[in-house]
Amino acid sequence: MLRVEGITAGYGPVTVLRDLSFQAQPGQVTCIMGRNGAGKSTLMRAIMGLVPVQSGQILLGDAALHTLPAHKVPLHGVAYVPQGRRLFGPLTVAENIDVGLLTRKKGLHRREFVLDLFPRLRERLDQVASTLSGGEQQMLAIARALCLEPQVLLLDEPSEGLQPSMISLIRETVLRLRETGLATLLVEQRVDTVLRIADKVAFMAHGRVEHVAERADLTADSTLFQQFVGV
Amino acid sequence: MSAGTKAWGLHLLVLALVFLAQFVLPSYHATNLARIMVLAVFAMGYNLAFGYTGLLSLGHALFFAAGLYGMGLPIWHLEVAAFPALILGLLAGGVMAGLVGILALRTAGVSFMIVTLMFAQAGYLTLLYLNSWTGGDEGFVVARSARVLFGFDLASDTPRFIAAFVLFAAGLLLCLWLVRSPFGRVMVAMRENEERSRMLGYDPFRVKLITLILSGVYAGGAGAAYGLLFGYVGGSFATIQYSILPMLYVLLGGAGTVLGPFLGALLMFYLIDITSGYTDAYFFVVGAALVALVLFAPKGILGSLRERVLQWLP
Repeated sequence: MLRVEGITAGYGPVTVLRDLSFQAQPGQVTCIMGRNGAGKSTLMRAIMGLVPVQSGQILLGDAALHTLPAHKVPLHGVAYVPQGRRLFGPLTVAENIDVGLLTRKKGLHRREFVLDLFPRLRERLDQVASTLSGGEQQMLAIARALCLEPQVLLLDEPSEGLQPSMISLIRETVLRLRETGLATLLVEQRVDTVLRIADKVAFMAHGRVEHVAERADLTADSTLFQQFVGV
Repeated sequence: MSAGTKAWGLHLLVLALVFLAQFVLPSYHATNLARIMVLAVFAMGYNLAFGYTGLLSLGHALFFAAGLYGMGLPIWHLEVAAFPALILGLLAGGVMAGLVGILALRTAGVSFMIVTLMFAQAGYLTLLYLNSWTGGDEGFVVARSARVLFGFDLASDTPRFIAAFVLFAAGLLLCLWLVRSPFGRVMVAMRENEERSRMLGYDPFRVKLITLILSGVYAGGAGAAYGLLFGYVGGSFATIQYSILPMLYVLLGGAGTVLGPFLGALLMFYLIDITSGYTDAYFFVVGAALVALVLFAPKGILGSLRERVLQWLP
């Protein structure tokens, strides 16, 4: 289980996250919602060690992630797909996946797992990543992160800018991964997506998690969406 | 035919053509080609750092000079034989790159460029300051009797060409193997997006340091071979010009391509050789050629070719 306990974090003198706490359980999808500037992406980056944590702690099992250098966080089983995908454009699909497999020394079995998850990537293994469509790039970004065989997957707005069929595919993938026991933390602005795949929703404002709701307690016209997302 | 087969086939074909060139070229051009092969090895090392990993260095003259003096000084002062001296030069380049890297890699981008430039200038001034040991600005000549490798007199045309070719072939094939290896992909990943690479568990400092050391070994090997094959060790090889030249070779031939440094060194060498026969302002012509390159083929000759036609070119 990923536990974020009372963290305060930010960029230099600017504090973005203030005494923020929440938990992400294995086999559950926890969606993070909030207006622009609420601190959703900063939370992701703080978990990954890319934003320094000034106080509080981030724990995964026995590992204190907030004490580790950023490149060691993935080695403890946390994978991150940032907004905008950020693939290695000149490398092929196969090479992007291989780069993902190398650090945790995951072999053919893991490679087959991610390619089974995204059969379209299997058809395009020799294609240069920068020439893929937006949806295919997102698939590759998620596949590459999954190569680490994570316990926790952080997805920052994976459906942003994608066509509806791709958004459905990403949703289905997240649901399939949930069945494997993965804890997924998903920053998402689309209410319909959240209602379909979330187990819990954490609503953020002003750098804090202000409210955590169970999916069963939410409907599309819930006042929480109006209050924290403005829809 | 797979991309790998095509890549190995092309590089072996180029090596075969270069080897055969000695039998058809006049002596002057064969000697030039030997010189170009050694300079191409220097540029290959620069390409590993800059072209594949994105480390824009202005300090490679220091690594080249480390190899040159690492070979030359033991021969001059201790009468060490050519082969161990060559190995010492090669190691000196790698060690120097490692030492510079440990400090300089704490910076990035323009700061890295300036810090490496400062190290190179400090190295150059140190060579001048220790002139009783290094020969200062004038340098020293490596005695012909010391330039014998496995019984071959490297001052003679054919053994010199073959020695340069062996170094070039080893450098080229090792480079091809390296960039096609998993570590080569990590180098490219680091160049493309350092933060993303870190999020996959790679330590950028470690990857860049290893790359810089490899680059230094190439530069040191080239420096040592240059001194041994052409018989001169001098401070001019530690000046900024020798940091800029490999960059120009790589930019012209194509950064991030295995054959680019050789093509760049070949074209730039003859561009300077030919234009200097007509004018003292030959660097003006070189500058104009580079402006044209930036305008019409910003990824260099082979980089542009790869983008448009040969996607499999490593």
